[in-house]
Amino acid sequence: MEPFVTLTASAVAFDLPNIDTDRIVPARFLHHPRAVGFGQFLFHDLRFDADGREIPGFVLNQAHGRAARILVAADNFACGSSREAAVWALAGFGIRAVIAPSFGDIFFENSFKNGLLTIRLPAADAARLRAAVAAHPGAPVSVDLPAQTVHGPDGAAFRFEIDGFKKECLLSGQDEIGLTLARADDIAAFEARRRAETPWL
Amino acid sequence: MTTDTPRTLIDKIWQAHVVAEGAGGRALLYIDRHLLHDGSFQAFDQLHETGRAVRRPDLCFATPDHYVPTRPAGAAPIEARLADKIDALAQNTRTHRIRHVGIADARQGIVHVVGPEQGFTLPGVTLVCGDSHTSTHGALGALAFGIGASEVAHVLATQTLWQRRPAQMRITVDGRLGAGITAKDLILAIIAKIGSAGGVGHAIEYAGTAVRALDMEGRLTLCNMSIEAGARCGIVAPDDTTFDYLHGRALAPAGAAWDAALAHWRTLPTDAGARFDREVRLDGAAVEPMVTWGTSPQDAAPIGAVVPDPDAAPDATAKAGMAQALAYTGLRPGTPLSTVKVDRVFIGSCTNSRLSDLRAAAAVVRGRRALVPAFVAPGSGLVKAAAEAEGLDQVFLAAGFEWRASGCSMCVGMNGDLGLPGERVASTSNRNFEGRQGKGVRTHLMSPAMAAAAAVTGKFTDFRTLA
Ligand code: SF4
Repeated sequence: MEPFVTLTASAVAFDLPNIDTDRIVPARFLHHPRAVGFGQFLFHDLRFDADGREIPGFVLNQAHGRAARILVAADNFACGSSREAAVWALAGFGIRAVIAPSFGDIFFENSFKNGLLTIRLPAADAARLRAAVAAHPGAPVSVDLPAQTVHGPDGAAFRFEIDGFKKECLLSGQDEIGLTLARADDIAAFEARRRAETPWL
Repeated sequence: MTTDTPRTLIDKIWQAHVVAEGAGGRALLYIDRHLLHDGSFQAFDQLHETGRAVRRPDLCFATPDHYVPTRPAGAAPIEARLADKIDALAQNTRTHRIRHVGIADARQGIVHVVGPEQGFTLPGVTLVCGDSHTSTHGALGALAFGIGASEVAHVLATQTLWQRRPAQMRITVDGRLGAGITAKDLILAIIAKIGSAGGVGHAIEYAGTAVRALDMEGRLTLCNMSIEAGARCGIVAPDDTTFDYLHGRALAPAGAAWDAALAHWRTLPTDAGARFDREVRLDGAAVEPMVTWGTSPQDAAPIGAVVPDPDAAPDATAKAGMAQALAYTGLRPGTPLSTVKVDRVFIGSCTNSRLSDLRAAAAVVRGRRALVPAFVAPGSGLVKAAAEAEGLDQVFLAAGFEWRASGCSMCVGMNGDLGLPGERVASTSNRNFEGRQGKGVRTHLMSPAMAAAAAVTGKFTDFRTLA
């Protein structure tokens, strides 16, 4: 997994709350293996018309949208299904950080496994950041994971909280399964106890 | 925490499954039960890329559902796009010696219908599946939640997951649900009240007399849509309803093991005085038949209501969301919901495809004709057979419904069962998101009786007026 440390890049803002994972990547694309590259399906039905042509008004089809590496969203971003393809689509398009007041819980977990940093900011801060991004299309936003800060295009700075474990994984890019397998003795000991205490399982 | 501190049901299950504590307040949780389906191929790919083995195939159970065709058997060969996924599950489960109920097996069905039906889901267990509606299994008193493909690979390789303990919310519904009012109406009323982000970061325990009075199938419907309330997991304390349901099921413990399990399960319910991070209360008697008008499950209202006005929204973000939803569903503020015409009806999905759901729909349909295309996809082969044994298939067929095979079907349309652009679909499924049932399709969520009423009247109708 690609580590995440700092990032300064163009951002886009989405004002609608409850953007669900079906909108991020429609279910009809989920039969593809991951290797196909899910970036092409990101927001597919908002990005392309029925004939597969780009819809010019959609922000990701505009120059600063294509270059965006950061997305600032409203409440409950990526609610809905467990499809990890929602993360693959964002990451495949080039998005490395998503900032919102709240996220769908499963998406939030999935994001870290793929080097996508999801940042929760208080609703008022996220709204201010969205407004600043919309007012300065293409202006850079900076994310500093070690310092846990975001700087908006208007210079406003926001501090964010992050689980220490996730921060470690993102900074080092390490594989969580490898980490857990190092605990094989703990797992075996638990299984022995489980066999004795709840043998019907 | 001392041993006599009152604990919640979730506390008890959580604490019994901690393998190790990690940094940042995370715990490595042991996973007792792992369900797999034909959408799990990406997780197997991930496992294979790293050359890792499955640690406990004996704790896994697989059945295909998302890509399974529901056309009448033998109607046409299965398209390659679908057959690939179904075959991949068969191949992966064979390679790793995982229990697999395949497409030709009479027990095949939607994984969240089949797990409880087979007695694979048990009280007090941790259960995961690479599907968000894994919350369904909380109905039996399991700590059950959906995970992504990376986490599925993690569980396959280690039988554990790193998790941070969720905050806990108790939703207490006292009073009695009115005649014919179902768990579907109740959960839509709950989501309308707390919002589709209301449960984010929380596990929900459902309690109160109205919840206790639900049968197991109603509890499955209730817990199923916890994810639509933003919660990864919903749970109901196990009781005699649970134990009666489980006793004698194929994979449930039997004999002395049953007695030992039962003694343990009776210790699980939340202790008096246990603390929740948030408490929500509803009056069960006030719940009406519900339908959704927008593109989020929180956009739900009683059938007697009118389409709401975005101008009445509490803030600009909510207003923009409502305006966008109404633009998509093509409804005007102030329109009585009971006048909205439908183009198609779908009865099925892991929310409402069990025998009691089909009975409720058939009771409305009996002796009437569907005015729009309508079909029923039972949740499993066993549900289908049980429905046929009591003649429900004939009730639907006589009314002009299609009687399909079991699978996810038009809930998500990955098998090709889709509506047409612009169509308005009355659906017993769980998500009314844009494009969920096909590009441009407008989905309206409701109970099986309400969907049946919509089919035979061609519009949203309070099924109680058809009595
Ligand atoms: S029936 Fe629908 S919600 Fe349930 S598992 Fe299948 S696709 Fe998901």
